[in-house]
Parts: sequence; structure tokens; C-alpha cells
Amino acid sequence: MKYLKEYRDLKPTRDYLKLIEKTVTKPWNIMEICGGQTHSLVRNGILELLPENVRMIHGPGCPVCVTPLNLIDKAVELLQKGVILCSFGDMVRVPGSRLSLQEAKANGGDLRILYSPLEAVKIARENPDKEVVFFAVGFETTAPANALSVLHAQKEGLTNYSILVSHVLVPPAMRGILDDEFCNIDAFLGAGHVCAIMGTEEYPPLAKEYNIPIVITGFEPLDLVEGIYMAVKQLEEGRCEVENQYARVVRREGNTEARKVIHTLFEIGDRAWRGIGVIPNSGYIIREEYKAYDAEVKFGMHSIQAPENPKCIAGEILKGIKKPHQCSEFGKTCTPASPLGAPMVSSEGACAAYYHYSDNLISS
Amino acid sequence: MSNKYSHIHLGHGSGGLMTRELLDEIIFKTFSNPFLDKKHDGAILDIAGPLAMSTDSFVVSPIFFKGGNIGELAVHGTVNDVAMCGAIPLYLSLSFIVEEGLPVPQFREIVDSVKRTADTCEVQIVTGDTKVVEKGKGDKIFINTTGIGTVHPRARISANRIQEGDKIILNGFLAQHGMAIMSQREGLEFESDIVSDTTYLHFLVRELLDAFGEKIHLFRDPTRGGLASVLSEIATDIGKGVVLYEKALPVEKQVAAACEILGLDPLYVANEGVLVVIADASVEAEVLDLMRRNPKGEHAVTVGSFTTEHPSKVVMHSSIGGKRVVSPLLGEQLPRIC
Repeated sequence: MKYLKEYRDLKPTRDYLKLIEKTVTKPWNIMEICGGQTHSLVRNGILELLPENVRMIHGPGCPVCVTPLNLIDKAVELLQKGVILCSFGDMVRVPGSRLSLQEAKANGGDLRILYSPLEAVKIARENPDKEVVFFAVGFETTAPANALSVLHAQKEGLTNYSILVSHVLVPPAMRGILDDEFCNIDAFLGAGHVCAIMGTEEYPPLAKEYNIPIVITGFEPLDLVEGIYMAVKQLEEGRCEVENQYARVVRREGNTEARKVIHTLFEIGDRAWRGIGVIPNSGYIIREEYKAYDAEVKFGMHSIQAPENPKCIAGEILKGIKKPHQCSEFGKTCTPASPLGAPMVSSEGACAAYYHYSDNLISS
Repeated sequence: MSNKYSHIHLGHGSGGLMTRELLDEIIFKTFSNPFLDKKHDGAILDIAGPLAMSTDSFVVSPIFFKGGNIGELAVHGTVNDVAMCGAIPLYLSLSFIVEEGLPVPQFREIVDSVKRTADTCEVQIVTGDTKVVEKGKGDKIFINTTGIGTVHPRARISANRIQEGDKIILNGFLAQHGMAIMSQREGLEFESDIVSDTTYLHFLVRELLDAFGEKIHLFRDPTRGGLASVLSEIATDIGKGVVLYEKALPVEKQVAAACEILGLDPLYVANEGVLVVIADASVEAEVLDLMRRNPKGEHAVTVGSFTTEHPSKVVMHSSIGGKRVVSPLLGEQLPRIC
């Protein structure tokens, strides 16, 4: 397949690994922002191929992991109210404070797993006597399609469609991580797909303000080792720039059409991140004129609160302060079959990635 | 009856006249053979042992998919399960649970499909049952089949016979069935030419046993849960490790692309026509050669082997030279967000 095989080749990957080894002279901590990158690093066994001096820290970019617990509770409540709830696949196993969506479905809820939110609009059209809600989670990557679904529903005059929103943004999260007193990160691999939508303009101010190299990076093994090499090279040369490893996909201005759709429906507002807490101006909220499509408003659900499991250290994992296997519950009371927190559920969650694939488990 | 009823009614499962009509006009007519023609409660079979027996229920949705339908699947599935015991299937039972409202032409098409597939597989339907449930209490149609067959005289199939160095050989491409179904499932539809790989494997199994007998240590048919789940199960059961080579795994381009888009791993996706042969390393080349000359094994390839290192774990060597543990599938494999 074009663009897959070429980026999963042994020879060029090895060449970059050699270059990294040659370039690195002291220990560096590099955070990959996106859960897809974490998944690929672990799945392809890249972590064990890197020299000891290059330490990868796994970032908060897993949409399932950062969706607040009380939002899952709200989705569960919608199912129990008889709403047709539509969701992306990997949200359904995440535990809420009482039930996961999957469990609420087993109890009789009408849960539909979809690949595109536009399918949810179709379901609303076909079920005019039912309320249909799409669980709109994710980063900047899923925001355009989620926003478009509302615009489609509006155009068709559908009044039984709304979205339950938990959209978060990457740059404020990076800022939050850098501001943390325990932060030990020397460079970032920027999230390639987020930049494909949003472009790269938000990053130079960050690089400058915090003196930190940012390399916008893709997801294939070759992308990742090249991105890591570019970051190491900058660090060794004392540069703090924004570079674009993923130029075959990411343009400076991003996808302007998609950005237009996002800004029609959403404005920037405060958002809670699971395990981290509220970060100011860190997410999208629905604009006043579209509030009729906001499920939280429509169903009066703003007040639902939910406490996290106190044993789960998801916050420290998401900020890269601790690695999954440094958690005392990892692989013991917390497994993918009975997760304490979200990073153990999603395939992009750092804990699940370690649990499923990690070399640590090969020898154990 | 086809003129009288356009859809299956609850009455067709009542045991009364309507049931009789349905059976006479569709089931008995289609499957007529000396066992069924007796219209008795069961079949009396005269076969010498040792025998292998297996049962399976089929609940696939959609019931018609690219490359087959639930009827074909119900025959292949059980025929293959019997074959995995190193046996040649001879007879099948066939039970339908039909949801009220299923269009009669669809029911006919499924029954015809069962008949055609059974004929190709050289097995006979010797007993069966048809029940109808209220609308909403089923999903169009469920089928159960049970198969019985005679064990090949040279078969010594047992996971306990697996040795260090044994080769893991596949007959063809992975993940075809699961992705064909996924591409047609509501909410996930995508355009593709991916067709299910549903097929029978027992003739290939017979040829392999004729040629290599006890050198074949295990056959498996990795359906739900995919290759990953079957191999982790074996590794755990026998306390040996499995080494897999990512580069060797046969995945067709379109299937690889669809898996990539949905965020699914082909190792965990269901197959309905994949045969895993675990054979003594000494016969690897000959096994591959024999398989490649059979239409059901044209794309045969070795994908890994058994080892005493990392006991009970399946370790994948990635195309770029890294390693990772392949764990069994937990619950359903779910499409990723982004």
C-alpha cells in the first residue's frame, strides 16, 4: 500500500536509528504528544531500539483517556433516558463512575458504534420520534466532522439531533505540561494529524516562550525515528525551532475548509481533562447560536459530577511524570479487563499500550 | 406455501400444519436423502469410530455479505471444526431459529445455499429443527449445525505434541471475513471489494494427513478473535512461546488499508477460511509445496515457529526489527477514534 510499506521499512528505519545514536551525547526526554504515536512506538518495538540516552515520555494525546469521567456518566444517563447514543468505538469500554457505555448497552440502552458522526445524522433522520446524540470527543482531528454533523442536521431541519461535546486542544495541553513544576521534558514530537487540520502556526510562540524544540511528526515507524532524530539534533545543536517531519500531510495553514467548519460551530473555552483537571481555554464549546444542538443544554445535564478512583495516577501518566509500570496498580488491580482509569482502556492509552505490547512483559 | 406467505410467521414454528408445510416445501424438498426422508425425530447412523464431533451457532449480521451468506457459513464453520480434529466430516445437523417477519425468499436462499455448500463439502444433512421467535427476539435468522466425522487413520492431532522449532504455516490471507462483514455493517459501511474468505478446509486437511500423518501436530481454524487469539491460547495451554514475523503475515492490500483506516489489527480480525497448520520443522518445505498445489492453499506461507524462550507468550518481530508481545483479544475489537 502506498505510504504504508515505504514507511515501515527496515533499512531506512535502521539508518535513522544509527544517526540518532551517532548524534546523541547526553540524556534527553522527548514527549510524543499523540496517543497514536505512543501506540506505534510500542507496537513496532521502537522504544527498545532507541539508545539509552533518548527517553520517550508519553503525552496526553489520547482522546479516550482525557474525556472526563462525568461526561461518560452523562452519556450513560442519556442511554438510560432512552436516547439513541452514537459513539466512536473505543469510548464504549471506558468505565464511568458506575457503568461503561458497553454495560449501559447490555442493560438495554440503544448504543450505536459509528465511524462517522454523519451516520448519526442519518439515524436521527430515520428515527424522527427518538432523540439521537453523538458523543463528540477528541482533539482537533475529530472536531471538523463532529461540527459538520450539526451543520448538516441544521440544514435538514432535524430537531432530534444533538452532540455531547468533550473537545480538547493540543497547544494548551502542551502549555499545561510545561508549566507543571515536575515537568522534565526537553522536546516535543508534535501531533501530526492535529497539525494536518490546524496547521503549524500555533507552535512557534510555544517553542520560543519555553525554549523547546517541537518536531511535528507522523505515525509510521520511519516517521517516528526521523522525528526523534530531528528533535535530538536540535537539542544537541542548542536550537529550539518548530520543524515539520510530516510535510507530506501537514501544511503551514492546515486544512482551511475544516478549520472554517470548526469555527462556525465552536468557540474556545475552558475544558476539564480527565486526570489533569480544568485547563483554561483548552477546548471547544458550542457557540451560543447553536446551543440547541448541545446535548448538555438540551437535557439539562450540567450538574453531574463524578469522583475519580483515588488509586489511579492517570494525571501523572498523562503529564509524563510517571510511566505506566511505575504505578503500583499496573497489571495488578488495573488491567484492560478491569481498568481503574482510561489510559488502560483505549488502545492509544499509555497504560494499555504498555500492558499489551511492552517488552517489559516479554521477560516477566 | 411460497404463494401463501411472503414472510415467516410465528405459526411456522408452532409444530402444527404451517410448520409441516414449511418443512415439506422448503426443507425436505431441498435436502431429501434416505435419513431425512424417514421424517423421524433423529437419524440413525452406521459409522465406525473413532469419531469427531463439533457444534457451532451462527449469528452473523448482515446475513448476506460479500462472498457468502449465513447458510454457507453454517456449513463451512462446522465442517472445518470437525476437520481441525483431523477428521473427515460426513453428517451435519441443521437447526434454524428464525425471527418472525423474515422474507420467505431469503429463507429459501439460505436453505439453498446450505444445500449447495453441503453437496460441495460431501456432507449430508441428516437431522434438524426449525423454530420461529417473535419479532425483536432474534436477528433475522440464527443457525446451529453439529457435525460428525471419522478421524483420519494417521491423524495424531494434539497441542501437547507441539515441539520447539515446529513451524506455523497459514494457507492464505488473513482478516478477509471480518473486514468484509465490517464493511457492510450499519454505521461503519465503507466501499471495498473485500469478500469473505468463507470456505471448506477438510479436503486440504485430508491431503495433508495422507501425506504427513503424525508430522502434523495441530490444525486450527482461527475464526473469531483471529490468529492472535488462537496462537496465544495455544502458547498459554502448552507453556511454550510463539515467534511471529510481521513481514511474513499475509494480508491483502485492501484489507490492510481498511484495517489501517478503522484502527484494527488484522491479527485479531475473524477469518472463515484460514487454516493454521503446526507441523514438524522437518516437513516444512513439503507441507508448503503440497498446500500451494491445492486451491485452498495457494498462498501458503510460514509465519512463525514455536520456541522454549518466553514461555506462554506470543512475540511478534516487527518489520523494522522491534519486538512486541501479542496478547489475546479482550472483548470486541473496536474501531479507534482517530
